[in-house]
Amino acid sequence: MGNLKKDKLIIAKKKFNSRLIVGTGKYKSMSECAKAIKLSGAEIVTVAVRRVNISDKNKPLLMDYIDPKKITYLPNTAGCFNSKEALRTLRLAREIGGWKLVKLEVLGDKKNLFPDMIETLKSTEVLAKEGFRVMVYCNDDPLMAKRLENSGADAIMPLAAPIGSGLGIQNKINIQIIRKQTKLPLIIDAGLGQASDATIAMELGCDGVLVNTAIAKAKKPFEMALAFKNAVIAGRQSFKSGRIDRILMGNPSSPSKGII
Amino acid sequence: MKKIKKIKIKINGKIKSITQDSKLSIVIKNLKIPLNKVAIELNEEIIDKKKINLIKLNKNDKIEIVHFIGGG
Repeated sequence: MGNLKKDKLIIAKKKFNSRLIVGTGKYKSMSECAKAIKLSGAEIVTVAVRRVNISDKNKPLLMDYIDPKKITYLPNTAGCFNSKEALRTLRLAREIGGWKLVKLEVLGDKKNLFPDMIETLKSTEVLAKEGFRVMVYCNDDPLMAKRLENSGADAIMPLAAPIGSGLGIQNKINIQIIRKQTKLPLIIDAGLGQASDATIAMELGCDGVLVNTAIAKAKKPFEMALAFKNAVIAGRQSFKSGRIDRILMGNPSSPSKGII
Repeated sequence: MKKIKKIKIKINGKIKSITQDSKLSIVIKNLKIPLNKVAIELNEEIIDKKKINLIKLNKNDKIEIVHFIGGG
């Protein structure tokens, strides 16, 4: 564990101890969300930008439950289907409180929620030029990941599977290729279903995972938050420990010498 | 008695009737919105929150006030 203490996640020059980023959507209540985040140990949470409810002034505010001074808010562009909408959303997010670190997510299809990579790429270029630090939700295409990197992305966040699907990592090879080609933080975003999915992501060499539905919609969100926390730590430790080579045949663990 | 003239504006998609020449700051204040937790757009342009007491609203102005909510 000693070594892991120094093993920080660095995004846009900011250091984080936790490699688990969690979403704040889909919880039954704000207090449930806040408790799950605490248990997950996450230091970064994604948030959405939406209209203030002007007819119900007493509606609880997210900021009253999750202190943005203690937890880094990562505003997202969920629900945006083109570059124009995404840019508008993030410029507003920055205005709320000076946030520059953002999650860009431009969707291309309402059913499968896959990212529109052309619009995503365009938006990344503009945002980087405007001084944003952009963590980019993308598909698991190594070529596109490279182009995002060249366009000024601060983190590459390929999907494991469609958003909210809980299917886990579908294309380990692509994730490994992206890992090999980039020194940017690589974070698996979307599609995880259970804690072991996070461990697999970390064992592939990813720098972190982003989870929302798998925790928020678990039968016991608090326990699942804890499970993901431990799974990410386990996966990171396993990755750093250097796994054994895969061999086809058996190799006994006990010495053959001295068998009676 | 001087008649107070009213104008219609849109806030977050809802039509509101306000006194002509009202300042944006007064409208925000009346809605009891905590300024430090929101961003404001006037006719699709982001407004510097420090300057809202300088902005007079006109007929058919569209205001968007947004904040952070739970999301993934």
